[in-house]
Amino acid sequence: MIAAREPSQRPHDARLLVVDRRGHIAERPRAFWTEVLAASDVVVANDAATLPASLSGTHVASGASIELRLAARRSLDLDDIASWTAVVFGAGDWRTRTEHRPPPPPLAVGDRLALGPLTAEVAAVLGHPRLVTVRFDATPAAFWQGLTEHGRVVQYAHLAAPLALWDMQTPIAARPVAFEPPSAGFAVDWRSIRALRARGIRFVTLTHAAGLSSTGDYALDARLPLPEAYAIPAATARAIAAARCAGGRIVAIGTTVVRALEAAASRDGIVRTGTGLADVYVDAAFRLRVVDVLLTGTHEVGTSHHALLRAFVGADTLERIDDSLERGQFRTHEFGDSVFVERTHDRRFATRGRRFERERVSRLPCPCRSTSRTRRCCPDRPWRLRSRPRYR
Amino acid sequence: MANRNANGDGLDAVAGLRVAVTGGTSGLGLALVRALDARGARVAFCARTPPRVGEIARELPRTRGIVADVSSKDAIHPLAMQIVAALDGLDVLVNNASALGPVPLATLADTECEELERALATNLVAPFRLTRALLGVLAAATRERGVAIVVNVSSDAAINPYANWGAYGASKAALAHLTRIWQEELAGEGIRFINFDPGDMDTPLHALAVPDADPHSLRRPEDAARELVALIDDALAISRSGAARALA
Repeated sequence: MIAAREPSQRPHDARLLVVDRRGHIAERPRAFWTEVLAASDVVVANDAATLPASLSGTHVASGASIELRLAARRSLDLDDIASWTAVVFGAGDWRTRTEHRPPPPPLAVGDRLALGPLTAEVAAVLGHPRLVTVRFDATPAAFWQGLTEHGRVVQYAHLAAPLALWDMQTPIAARPVAFEPPSAGFAVDWRSIRALRARGIRFVTLTHAAGLSSTGDYALDARLPLPEAYAIPAATARAIAAARCAGGRIVAIGTTVVRALEAAASRDGIVRTGTGLADVYVDAAFRLRVVDVLLTGTHEVGTSHHALLRAFVGADTLERIDDSLERGQFRTHEFGDSVFVERTHDRRFATRGRRFERERVSRLPCPCRSTSRTRRCCPDRPWRLRSRPRYR
Repeated sequence: MANRNANGDGLDAVAGLRVAVTGGTSGLGLALVRALDARGARVAFCARTPPRVGEIARELPRTRGIVADVSSKDAIHPLAMQIVAALDGLDVLVNNASALGPVPLATLADTECEELERALATNLVAPFRLTRALLGVLAAATRERGVAIVVNVSSDAAINPYANWGAYGASKAALAHLTRIWQEELAGEGIRFINFDPGDMDTPLHALAVPDADPHSLRRPEDAARELVALIDDALAISRSGAARALA
């Protein structure tokens, strides 16, 4: 694959590799991604806006230049801005590959960091010289002013030029909680939302604080993704329940949606309204309980995003996908081409099988006592299986 | 004064509403910030002058004042992000900040190109940019609460070709048309776009344009603000009853 170096979210020639449930691979123009869907499907996207999470400044005690990248926060509350997990680099900026960036000066609890108009204090060092908890002592108003004026979006050395804040916002970006963009959402423009609606396909959102994808440090990268906060609105939980009753597929726009939905359903397979911390690691060993289809970027072998694809397809299919992307010279990284992958049959073995679930549910009367066996009568009422399903 | 009760359910629809107002430290914008705050709305406003923003924010401690010049491209996304952070979302955006064009007013023949560009930047491009930057959060509000509203402040100069009002009138006419096209295109998303013409008001902007106008012949901005709040209230009621019908 080749790196996409220009910050164009929807280049006219963007490509899409479509992998169906049998593992068949085809290529389409990406603008037609909505046409691969069926009317009973529900599309779930992450509406997080992306923070200008990179703050340049100095380590006050040593006078050394640093770059601090905000990396995680326990909540999505926009007033709760005191405490953040952050990754600290030494001098330099995004133009240097992260793996070549010098470490910051030794950091200790209580160290002051001057970050443009903001000041922060190291509140904890988290078992790695680059990973810290920082505390800002500003009012929310002063913090957001300082962050939006001084902060830059996190970017990497494959890009040709510095990015502006707007380059990283998806068309549906709402609350600023993501540390890197949920970039699969770059494909979702208002035209495609309209196309979905015209075909009766539900489009809903959740908010997931997508974290840093890479730090360039092997030990630190192995700890990614850090637990990420998410929120699932009531309308989204209802739409997912309704689609499952009607036999539709749950289509996730991006890996962050997979993480949020699977974390939300980790207790009993039911996606519930509310907030939580996604700490699931989705890979070959993970049994997907909610998501059937994933629209995502083209991911390089060895990344956590690539490992996540193994939850959808077997090793053979993933190898063929990698091969197609490589031979087809697809573009990669956040502004690259996309992959549309449906969970293949060999990845349905141990889940609460969708067909099984549907048949079983259709045999249960609805608690509302209607005679409907499809449960379309009560899409917002979460249903529960009477007995544990047998896995195929 | 009894609050209007648009929902008929004992709750004031404006209370708790998340509203952003550009140009919120003078004229109609300031009157609107005060009126919304008095009705219990959560208000964020922006203006260019830091001391003035601080002054109003101190006067109305429940509001959030943001320093931003909407005519600057680079200011829009930081402003949008600060609005969303202040209000935890957004239900209503009021694009009120306006530029007069040449001062004193001039015929088009005497209007410098740069003066026209500045009027367009503030009156047309800024509302477009800010609306686009906030479209995701407005759409999220429609998914959460069933409705979101964008009000663009217009003028009768957008309709009538008044001599000497070329830069202002042309930019406001373009804004009014932009509003109608937004409405046409995004009605399906549940976002309502409204043109609001407040009439000739006793404001600093009007004083710049017509220094010798008799203030008693002009409308008080407080009255126009009250009318706009009622308009928002009505739009909420219509959208909510429409949403209720759709669900029934």
